[in-house]
Amino acid sequence: MTEIFGFPVAVILGQLTLGLVNGSFYALLSLGLAVIFGLMGVVNFAHGAFYALGAFAALLGLQYFGINYWAALLLAPLVVGVLGIVVEKSLLRRLYGLDPLYGLLLTFGVALVIEGSLHQFFGASGQSYPVPNALGGVINLGFMILPIYRAWVIAVSIAVCFSTWFVIERTRLGATLRAARENAPLLQAFGVNVPLLFAATYGGGVALAALAGVLSAPVILVTSQMGSSLVIVVFAVVVIGGMGSILGSIVSGLVLGIIEGFTKVIYPEASNIVVFVIMAIVLIVRPAGLFGRE
Amino acid sequence: MKLKTLAIGLAAVLTTVLGTGAALAAAGDVVIGDIDDLSGTYADVAGTGAVEAEKMAIADFGGTVLGRKIVTLVADHQNKPDIGASKFREWADQNGLNVVLGGSNTGVSIAMAKVAAAKKIPFFALGAGGASLTNEDCTAYTVHYVYDTTALANGTATTIVKSGGKSWFYLTADYAFGTQLQNAASKVVEANGGKTVGAVRVPLGASDFSSFLLQAQGSGAQVLGLANAGEDFSNSLKAANEFGITKKMKPVALLAFITNINSLGLQTAQGLYLTTGFYWDLNADTRAFGKRFFDKTKKQPTMDQAGYYSATLTYLKAVKAVGTTDSDKVMAELKKTKINDMFAKGGYIRADGVMIHDMYVMQVKSPQESKYPWDYYKLLKQMKGEEAFGPITGACPLAPK
Repeated sequence: MTEIFGFPVAVILGQLTLGLVNGSFYALLSLGLAVIFGLMGVVNFAHGAFYALGAFAALLGLQYFGINYWAALLLAPLVVGVLGIVVEKSLLRRLYGLDPLYGLLLTFGVALVIEGSLHQFFGASGQSYPVPNALGGVINLGFMILPIYRAWVIAVSIAVCFSTWFVIERTRLGATLRAARENAPLLQAFGVNVPLLFAATYGGGVALAALAGVLSAPVILVTSQMGSSLVIVVFAVVVIGGMGSILGSIVSGLVLGIIEGFTKVIYPEASNIVVFVIMAIVLIVRPAGLFGRE
Repeated sequence: MKLKTLAIGLAAVLTTVLGTGAALAAAGDVVIGDIDDLSGTYADVAGTGAVEAEKMAIADFGGTVLGRKIVTLVADHQNKPDIGASKFREWADQNGLNVVLGGSNTGVSIAMAKVAAAKKIPFFALGAGGASLTNEDCTAYTVHYVYDTTALANGTATTIVKSGGKSWFYLTADYAFGTQLQNAASKVVEANGGKTVGAVRVPLGASDFSSFLLQAQGSGAQVLGLANAGEDFSNSLKAANEFGITKKMKPVALLAFITNINSLGLQTAQGLYLTTGFYWDLNADTRAFGKRFFDKTKKQPTMDQAGYYSATLTYLKAVKAVGTTDSDKVMAELKKTKINDMFAKGGYIRADGVMIHDMYVMQVKSPQESKYPWDYYKLLKQMKGEEAFGPITGACPLAPK
């Protein structure tokens, strides 16, 4: 068999594919964070909790209302997004104009409350969400067996990431959003409802987290803590991409997923720190992140 | 001023966190302390269900012993050794503590065992797996009650190797428990003529296991040994199933609880081999206990929770027999009496502190085989206690070889 650096090509291709799957989750989650930070200046520590809420919304919807996976893909982000708007309107709003640290502390508190409540009601051992029938089964790629569901995750994530990027960077709505970040009072003087814009932005960012939650529900066990370790990695991804850079978060999410995948083969013990090592290097060499503006 | 307010606030929060359900014991009461994980990974395995089991045992015993009221103190160790140890010490110094149950998590249990030795208070380690508790970390006051890594390895690994699963690949949680479990299993595998083909050490709490599983598959081994626990176990088995690996390799759980199987569902968990110290559907006694427990908690008991019930009764019976709560006398009684209840038949506590009792090698049923709720296991082999826990190793000074 052909080998590259002592590893069979099949192994490399396999890890590349799996890295892409994980990278898709990172990209989707860091995208939401980047949107919220880039447009509102809020460091949203509750992102992992909203991700878990998305998964729980899908699970409970299925158990109690018979809502299937496809409907949950739309409904769960919608419900969680509305909850996000409530959080923004009732809590986050009061902290604008203060040091960003306050927003970070508040959202961290919100995360603890959400995760604690989920834990209280649903226990620690978690629950399974079935893979939808249409996406069950596997594809034989020759070098590996890929579950169809994982391929679907890559497709959805890339589609959502790039349409979000397009809306924010290339449309009039996006331009208005970015203007609100630059100079909110001026935009308000033009008759734009800026508070509503901020609420919608937070709701949208949170909905992206919930969507990632629904996507991951069939893959991993749905538990209250499913987002708490992930959110730290995703923050590192955002820092590497450049705080607030939409494209940066997407690209670095995908690339870091792949790098992490290879680490799992070369030196598995380091696979949970490789992202942070890269973050440290990026911060030294290019403090604003790979895609950030100095 | 501001600082003072902050300090008071912090103190208030800490008291709430640490003082979970600590009832005040009057002098003369028999005080049973329960220090376990009430909010973390093991909260469903032991947690509040274990507290419930303990209360059931006290009620069944009559609520008093030697004419003294039996009271319980409960604390969450949050999987932190220092919290477990300091709670133990605090109760010993201030609350007239007589015995402690608990300690899911080997690290916390080792810390608590040290306090038990220093304060001379019996400690029933329930839920922790590390066999070191009755070897290099043994004390005269530790009783390791439900299972340990040796028994798990002897139970599952022996059965699998003898049924033809000769080559093993391990997916190992990268911390003390995972490596202890892998070492114990590979020793058994090799002693029975099998071999270890490879192993991958997975960081604790990984969110994705597919890369590691692909390596396992690439190894060509017949058996996939899962030397991990809790969520890591569930997520790795789920992914193994999704990638079709369970069709080619035999999945083996070196530690799984019935709550894990319940959350995974039989569709995913079917065919899995595991070893347990208790199953609710073994006989009329276990079923009766299971039903009572289920009525209170809406779940069948895990082996840890059943062990809590049994350990509480065992302790109280010993106190009654010697007519005192004096730790040395109670320990002496504990080490010479047979344990017979719904958890153990003819069980006994060996000099090194291991409670020797039968273990059960199980296979998870398929959804078709399961006839009623929580009908999850079929019994492959009932293993005698001596065979499961193995001979005294000599690592514990209390029990020379």
